[in-house]
Amino acid sequence: MARTAIEFRNVSKQYANTSQYAVAGVNMRISEGSFITILGTSGSGKTTLLKMVNRIYEATSGEILYFGEHIKNLKLEEYRRKIGYVIQQVGLFPHMTVEENIGAIPQILRWDTDTIANRVNALLELVCLSPRDFKKRYPRQLSGGQQQRVGLARAMAADPDIMLMDEPFGAIDAITRQNLQEELIRIQRKLNKTILFVTHDVSEAFKLGDKVVIMHEGTIQQFDTPYGIISKPANEYVARLIATQDIVQRLKVLKAQSVMLPVDAQVSDRAFRVGTEESLHNILTYFLEHDQNHVLVEDGGRGVVGKITWEQLKVSTRQGKILSA
Amino acid sequence: MINESIAYLLLNIDKYYEAVIVHVEISLAAIAVSFMVAVPLGIWCSKNGSVSYSVINAFTILRIIPSLAVLVIAMPILGTGFVPALFALTLLAIPPILINTYSGFRNIDPSVLECAAGMGMNTEKILFGIEIPLAMPLILTGLRTSATEVIASATLASYIGAGGLGDFIFTGIGMNDARILLIGGMSVALLSALTEVSLTAVQHMVTKYQRD
Ligand SMILES: Nc1ncnc2c1ncn2[C@@H]1O[C@H](COP(=O)(O)OP(=O)(O)OP(=O)(O)O)[C@@H](O)[C@H]1O
Ligand SMILES: [Mg+2]
Repeated sequence: MARTAIEFRNVSKQYANTSQYAVAGVNMRISEGSFITILGTSGSGKTTLLKMVNRIYEATSGEILYFGEHIKNLKLEEYRRKIGYVIQQVGLFPHMTVEENIGAIPQILRWDTDTIANRVNALLELVCLSPRDFKKRYPRQLSGGQQQRVGLARAMAADPDIMLMDEPFGAIDAITRQNLQEELIRIQRKLNKTILFVTHDVSEAFKLGDKVVIMHEGTIQQFDTPYGIISKPANEYVARLIATQDIVQRLKVLKAQSVMLPVDAQVSDRAFRVGTEESLHNILTYFLEHDQNHVLVEDGGRGVVGKITWEQLKVSTRQGKILSA
Repeated sequence: MINESIAYLLLNIDKYYEAVIVHVEISLAAIAVSFMVAVPLGIWCSKNGSVSYSVINAFTILRIIPSLAVLVIAMPILGTGFVPALFALTLLAIPPILINTYSGFRNIDPSVLECAAGMGMNTEKILFGIEIPLAMPLILTGLRTSATEVIASATLASYIGAGGLGDFIFTGIGMNDARILLIGGMSVALLSALTEVSLTAVQHMVTKYQRD
């Protein structure tokens, strides 16, 4: 069992001079190493929820725990250094080079010069920027995408346990955003960071998150895996929100296991076999590319456990749509 | 004419040196004191939105009062000599530095400061490592304006008996002697230009990150 990295206990936030709660009564446990996306429309309280974790905003009531400790009892600066922070506006220090930006916190932590230099190089490589070309540049001399890569590298400089990201790719073009998303997934797998990632883009939330938090008017509507949300939306609001997803996106989230039909006694040997976790999107692609109309679903040790036919694929896609319509 | 001026200068070289030294001294002192007052005050104003308007406005009004008037007003209170002149010049030098410090801090992108805080920098690190360096180009612009004004106005200090290059100018005017007037005027202009050039060079250095 993974430890709980962050726990929200009945957390609410009301800004001064406002009548409504921006976040109301949030309870949630986030396991160490998980990638959590926070999804919701504008004004739903995503940013507020996120920024209470590193105490940019203070909760009005309730408690937030960091590995079991009340964050209010931790020394603010030391605590924040364990939490990487990336925002849409990037916020690089304009008067410092890329190298100095990334090295800022290590410098405060008094790492020696060689260690910092090595760390900077390694981080730049990690975010796919060549240290030789980029180290000495000022933020002004980088494209938006490159700036956000540096922002990501800087946030990871002191090897934080947790990363808070507020719409980091929100201002970046679609293609670059896709690349960055994939790199972030790769980095997360590699370093096993706990990530809280805010977005209002449904497909981004579903693509990145192991689990998705859906927020509306300051409350959590559903906190589940992408599959759990698509197959069983908790309420009308969630259903409407994910209905904006196109079919292809939904097929990417639906797994073979969830729609397969039981197999007859006799199994045709020649049929293509897929794993239980294979996405319907890949199966559809296979059907179209190879002009086939069924595949067998195999579960490692247990052999063939089901099959998916063209008809079944159509039915379940439509069901998915009905479920979320 | 210039030759005659130089001849006069050589004859009165001791007096001239002393005047230059006093002029530079009083200007430097006024600039230093106003810098030490205006920068912290400007920073404080930038962080205390509600009071900042009144402070900034008060100093802007102060700026409209001609420096000679300030000198004349200061005289009955502080008497004559170096100290009242210094006081008047300091008062004169504060507004440009104050206003520019204020705008320098106000112009910093809030997301930069949010990131700095979010990363775990403390207030002191943010002030000295981020805010002051980022506001520095504007602060220096203010300093340049102040310095030029102070050097020119320090001429008037001789009116209240503080000495300086103003002595030459006023003597020149009083005796209707263009030679003397020229020495004083040229020297003040030269000092101003020198200050301008050196401060521009400093400014050039601190804004390196905004170029190439
Ligand atoms: N500093 C603030 N002062 C007062 N009210 C605020 C402040 N910040 C946010 N709010 C209010 O709190 C609510 C939630 O805002 P929040 O920024 O958390 O939403 P969000 O989900 O991040 O929206 P977006 O997708 O537009 O960024 C909104 O109604 C907003 O107006
Ligand atoms: Mg937001």
